[in-house]
Amino acid sequence: MKRLIAITLLLWVSVGWAAIDTYEFSTDAERARYRVLVEELRCPKCQNQNIADSNAPIAMDLRQEIYRLIQEGQTDEQIIEYLVARYGDFVRYNPPLSFNTLLLWFGPLFLLLGGVVGVRWMVRQRQQKTDTSALPLTDAEHQRLASLLERKKHD
Amino acid sequence: MKRLVLLVPLVAFLLLTLFLYRGLFLKPEELPSALIGKPIPAFSLPAVEGQSLITDKDLLGRPALLNVWATWCVACRVEHPVLNRLAAQGVLIYGVNYKDDNAMARQWLADFLNPYRLNIQDAEGRLGFDLGVYGAPETFLLDKNGIIRHKFVGVITDQVWREQLAPLYQELQGE
Repeated sequence: MKRLIAITLLLWVSVGWAAIDTYEFSTDAERARYRVLVEELRCPKCQNQNIADSNAPIAMDLRQEIYRLIQEGQTDEQIIEYLVARYGDFVRYNPPLSFNTLLLWFGPLFLLLGGVVGVRWMVRQRQQKTDTSALPLTDAEHQRLASLLERKKHD
Repeated sequence: MKRLVLLVPLVAFLLLTLFLYRGLFLKPEELPSALIGKPIPAFSLPAVEGQSLITDKDLLGRPALLNVWATWCVACRVEHPVLNRLAAQGVLIYGVNYKDDNAMARQWLADFLNPYRLNIQDAEGRLGFDLGVYGAPETFLLDKNGIIRHKFVGVITDQVWREQLAPLYQELQGE
């Protein structure tokens, strides 16, 4: 039984690593940069996958290209710029702040602010309600109370 | 005022419906090209047929379609008869044979006719990469100075040509 579990686990592991190519890097720092880049860049063909996870031919090309550019000694910014010049901002999972991405960056903030305003409004409404019930009685209300109590006494 | 507040959920629901309805007709698989308004990337690649080299300079002079195709691309087969008809009407079409086997590409052109004025052999996909190609077929609309003015992803059908590409092509010819 244990052996069976071990074999199953091993099979599972090999599937998990299927999309990873065997590029040789001279330093660990380069390998680490490669890992970060392929995980941060998005596959243009697939709808929501980074190029590390995708088996699409275009993702393989992009990985190959990133490997080549790292070997050439380009910086991360240069590599990202190189790919964005060809495939657009779509390939970045971390989009830059521009006019087109204003809503993306600040939309959630506006929703949060809207929520805060909404909650404050509700709280104030409720406070006003409790406040009116706690207010001292007006003269008219005093008279009405007195007459009601009077009637109660007679009953 | 109180009454209006009661309408808020309804308005929110209608807005959501509007967005979802619009979402039905969005095509997230069609990316806008990053190369609109930019010149075609420089290249020097062999032709699919014959021994000559083709460079980016050869595509200048007249507005044209630059069609990225391959024999492994099933959708290209659907598109091919439409391109043949357009070429017969006098539309200038250049081809990029993207990551393909040259012998198979020649056979394809022999079998299905050749709508391409020039056909660039991009076996490695380098030109395709510089063009931001992520599949086939893709078609670029070039003006007479070789500037990319529009990109269409997917199969050009008669309807696509009539409604989207023909007006742009005619506009470019007028320039």
